[in-house]
Amino acid sequence: MDFQLTEEQQMMQRMVRDFAEKEIGPVAQEMDASGQFPWEVIRKMGSLGLLGLPVPEEYGGCGADTITYAIAVEEISRVSGSVGITLAAHTSLGLDLIYRFGTEEQKHKYLPSLAAGKGLAAFGLTEPEAGSDAAAVKTTAVLDGEQWVINGQKTFITSGSIADVVIVAAVTDKSAGAKGISNFIGEKDTPGFRPGRDEEKMGLKGSVTSQLFFEDCRVPKGNLLGQPGEGFKQFLITLDGGRISIGAMAVGLAQGALDAAVKYSKERVQFGQPIARFQAIQWMIADMATEIEAARWMIYRAAWLKDQGVRFTKEAAMAKLYASEAAERACFKAIQIHGGYGYVKEYDVERIYRDNRLTTIGEGTSEIQRLVIARQVLGKF
Amino acid sequence: MKVVVMIKQVPDTNKVRLDKRTGTLIRKGVPSIINPEDKNALEEALKLKEKTGASVVVVSMGPPQAEDALREALAMGADEAILLTDRAFAGADTWATATTLGHALKKIGDFDLVLAGRQAIDGDTAQVGPQLAEYLKIPQVTYVRELIVDDGKVKATRALEDGYEEIEAELPALLTITKEANVPRYPHAAAIMTAYREQEVALWGAEDINADPESVGLKGSPTQVKRSFTPPPKEPGQVIKSAPSEAARDVVAILRQKNII
Repeated sequence: MDFQLTEEQQMMQRMVRDFAEKEIGPVAQEMDASGQFPWEVIRKMGSLGLLGLPVPEEYGGCGADTITYAIAVEEISRVSGSVGITLAAHTSLGLDLIYRFGTEEQKHKYLPSLAAGKGLAAFGLTEPEAGSDAAAVKTTAVLDGEQWVINGQKTFITSGSIADVVIVAAVTDKSAGAKGISNFIGEKDTPGFRPGRDEEKMGLKGSVTSQLFFEDCRVPKGNLLGQPGEGFKQFLITLDGGRISIGAMAVGLAQGALDAAVKYSKERVQFGQPIARFQAIQWMIADMATEIEAARWMIYRAAWLKDQGVRFTKEAAMAKLYASEAAERACFKAIQIHGGYGYVKEYDVERIYRDNRLTTIGEGTSEIQRLVIARQVLGKF
Repeated sequence: MKVVVMIKQVPDTNKVRLDKRTGTLIRKGVPSIINPEDKNALEEALKLKEKTGASVVVVSMGPPQAEDALREALAMGADEAILLTDRAFAGADTWATATTLGHALKKIGDFDLVLAGRQAIDGDTAQVGPQLAEYLKIPQVTYVRELIVDDGKVKATRALEDGYEEIEAELPALLTITKEANVPRYPHAAAIMTAYREQEVALWGAEDINADPESVGLKGSPTQVKRSFTPPPKEPGQVIKSAPSEAARDVVAILRQKNII
């Protein structure tokens, strides 16, 4: 066993941390206030290869391992949850589906420009009536000659309205249930594809979450991902990886909250001394640090298993569940330590708390994670 | 054209504490980085590489772990990296360091330009660059914030306290670069991978550079640190809380008393 990050991973961590602090930190608060999407930051990340980390070099990526990718998501999220989720959705949903299930032609066509950050990728799965029950997707795709005709509606799609490429889950065989779902590669500006409104969210305001509408949207026959009916299986596999990145995002947000709480507790003087001297504060700091440490290692382990090529469904669900809920507790305590100042927008912890709230919901709620874990632990009986 | 950049690995902070007993820096737990102004020097070299196709060689003297700093330089775009590492080099003052680097440069041989940071954040001496130029008997320009290489010459703008100076020097020359010169680039993520997976850092010991063990390291150092200490913190200022008219009078009185006005 070896609990040390490799030198390569450490340098990547230093680079991403340095980038996040210098290039994202100064605009993080402003992004939250204005709700503007940080295109400049995203373009810079693209030019440094950060939007294609786990994609192999032959498709224009960096060929990084999953641990390195998780480190990058954590470091970015430590400074901005909005940029963190944009990176996570682009990489471990959009790019992953194409890389994992696309044909060579599809991979060469789409991955190089997306991995270089010339455009973003999104995954359109959730619908108004298909959330945790992902198999209840109602969007349909019907083959008409050389084209698939897509009709339906998606909701809560990260980067949906601004993405160049959207993978769409649609029913191709209604009688086959979950085995009748297929995934398609959709491009923006395709006639019949229309983004609806972007949601006004509680947090992650510098990220885009969209409704998408498909009205007789025709995509080429060759844009089907894999075989018809494999969509459900495909996105379950991809979502396992996605959970690692949402967990890493939660760890980053929690670390940002802890860093702020540590700094504040050493500076804030009450009763004649810095509040960090009081045991009540120390215990909160100790609990935060301990839970973040545990969550981080769970993420690393799930990522490591993924890189070993073995099944990591249970570990990814556990890591995402624990990290997101530990982050919720850490963010709560960070505000508690800040007192009244933690409740106002001048201090980062107010934003971090709102940003983190998503992590127990997105890419599988805590309840779905528990369901996945329980199934794995109990087995068939 | 060949540009050689001298870099030093330093602890990542100005606030490193001193061990009160030994008077040395406590480096444990403090991450190491490329000295910031050495990074500015490297950035200038990389700009020359982009403009003229120059090859960039980075050289550092230090313990084996300084290899990390050189890998980072490779990731930023340097072509070759050389680490001068040998027990015989340990304990060097600026003179012995310049001597060691000088031996290495003589071995490299065909360089046109040597760039170094103005000074390191751990020692703050700003001596190694100038000493190295003296050792090599080549022109030196310090505190450079802008440089143009043209027709076998370098034109450099020196940033001085009260203005700028433009200096022209024949190549080969040594320049020390200030942080005003540029904003160093971030390494590309793929280049970080390549720096570790495909590129080499050459390790040169005393024998490799034909250095007389008596002239390097502690033995070759004419100066030695006798004692390090933290200066006492500056005393807090005096706050005058009286009404404005009275306060003004008090301030004037204090300034007179201190012979400031």
